[in-house]
Amino acid sequence: MPLNILCCVKRVPMTGGRIVLTADEQAIETRHLGFTISPHEECGVEEAVRLIEAGGGSSTVLTLGPPEAEEQLRDCMALGIDRAIHLLADDEFDGQATARAIVEAIEAERAAGTEYDVVFFGNESADAGGFQVGIRVAHALGRPCVTGVKAVALEDGGLRLEQEVPGGRDVYRVPLPAVVTVKEGLNLPRYPSVPGRLRAKKKPLDARTPERGAQGVEKVRLVVPADEGSQTEVLGRGPDAAPAVVELLERIGVVG
Amino acid sequence: MTAVLVLVEHDGGAADDLSRQAATLARGYAEAAGAGLEAVLIGPGGADAAARLGELGVAKAHVAEHDGLAQFAPQAWGRVIADLVAGHAPAAVVAPGSERAAEVMAHAAAIADLPFAANCISAAPGDPAAVTRVRWGGSLLEEARLHGATKLLTVAAHAVEATPAAAAAQTEVAAFAPELSDADLAARVVERAQTDTGGGVSLADAKVVVSGGRGAGSAEGFAAIEELAWLLGGAVGCSRAVTIAGWRPHTDQVGQTGTKIAPEIYIPCGISGATQHMAGCKGAKRILAINTDPDAPMIANADYAVIGDLHEVVPAVVAALKARGG
Repeated sequence: MPLNILCCVKRVPMTGGRIVLTADEQAIETRHLGFTISPHEECGVEEAVRLIEAGGGSSTVLTLGPPEAEEQLRDCMALGIDRAIHLLADDEFDGQATARAIVEAIEAERAAGTEYDVVFFGNESADAGGFQVGIRVAHALGRPCVTGVKAVALEDGGLRLEQEVPGGRDVYRVPLPAVVTVKEGLNLPRYPSVPGRLRAKKKPLDARTPERGAQGVEKVRLVVPADEGSQTEVLGRGPDAAPAVVELLERIGVVG
Repeated sequence: MTAVLVLVEHDGGAADDLSRQAATLARGYAEAAGAGLEAVLIGPGGADAAARLGELGVAKAHVAEHDGLAQFAPQAWGRVIADLVAGHAPAAVVAPGSERAAEVMAHAAAIADLPFAANCISAAPGDPAAVTRVRWGGSLLEEARLHGATKLLTVAAHAVEATPAAAAAQTEVAAFAPELSDADLAARVVERAQTDTGGGVSLADAKVVVSGGRGAGSAEGFAAIEELAWLLGGAVGCSRAVTIAGWRPHTDQVGQTGTKIAPEIYIPCGISGATQHMAGCKGAKRILAINTDPDAPMIANADYAVIGDLHEVVPAVVAALKARGG
């Protein structure tokens, strides 16, 4: 079944082992870091590409972020997404403002004749972790929303969706159009190919600049949590450390 | 008197742990704001759980009863909260740090057109309220001003210790029937599929977790790690790099976007300790890191360490355990 799919993604730094903040405590110091999109969203992009490969249709990737976020949009297009929408924003938007900007973009697309059957989000962004943008967008568009999805199947013109919960999986069935927020583990995303990267350079990208508006969750500053200061006790080097490891395991009672 | 409302998730007729933590933060918020503490309960068994909230200091419990609430329907749950916000104008609604509660609060926030701060570790009343919330799965904190006529927030899991109120309250239980539309029930759980754990220990509940990272080198490189986990009655975990390489399924992944674990001892082997991974093992009581690099962040974060190649160290530990007849 041909579908028109929108994937919303967010550019985030690859933080590595230790987070260092900028002097004004407003952001992570990223001068020496690479960038990616949130892991959950990688699976949303992969799922969109697979659904289009299987049944036809068209896919679009959208981000709200600085001019440099074009890198992430091109990365997504290298994986098979057809076109991109870039909502240019130098400042961070809170969940409400992000949803507002995305809804405006979707409504502008509708006015231009493009209706999305499925809008994918990540369950939460890797950095801010607001747990709300997809749900807010669904309400504004009057569509059902299922979150934390780890399996997507087309069924009777709608979607059958599975969500992991303690002890099992909850199943939802929703009609289209729908908003779906996904989690890593939904699929194993592919790597981009060289021809894919070349094609991505020429794929269409529309940019617009949304208004940020008032912030309901207004960031004051970021703080790296205090190290718990535990000293690391080195039990030894190489295989010679095995007796000390066994002694530790005995002492804490995990071996009889 | 204005109220602070706490969303109580319940299981078997009693508030669950995360809800008790949320109620504790909500009680402190209410006391600081000069407000009373009230609760909202949704779903079957709500009235039973509501009757037992006195020790948490809950003066009044609103219990939503409706045929449509027999199965989880996120928007319907959010509607219940949003209607209480519209009808009672509470100073704040505080919800537990479960994914489901965050989902419900986001629906409530969308319906009520209010800001919402997820995963707070502290909150002080005011206009705006002052909250501290977690980012990056707990690797970073954000101090923020939370606006809105009613402040909506969830309490990060295990950030607040649940305590009973100084004086137990007599909880007045008030059942009400929310008005739900078809749209509120469009997305709801229609069946529960059981997960096959293969009879093994689940990662989230395991007392011992032995994980491998990039240092394992291949899918086959996990053989000794599996054997060690088996000898200790534990579960096998892995880092995100391993899942992406296709060496282990995502269900084995420990981390911010994988499983959060809380074992007695966590034994990461050949894992550098990126923030993505550390967010998943913060709940471990002790960490014993095995790594060739003494400067790896994982070693700095560990309680115990063995500096060495996991392909030599882990088989030696396995042999030593077998030799003692354990």
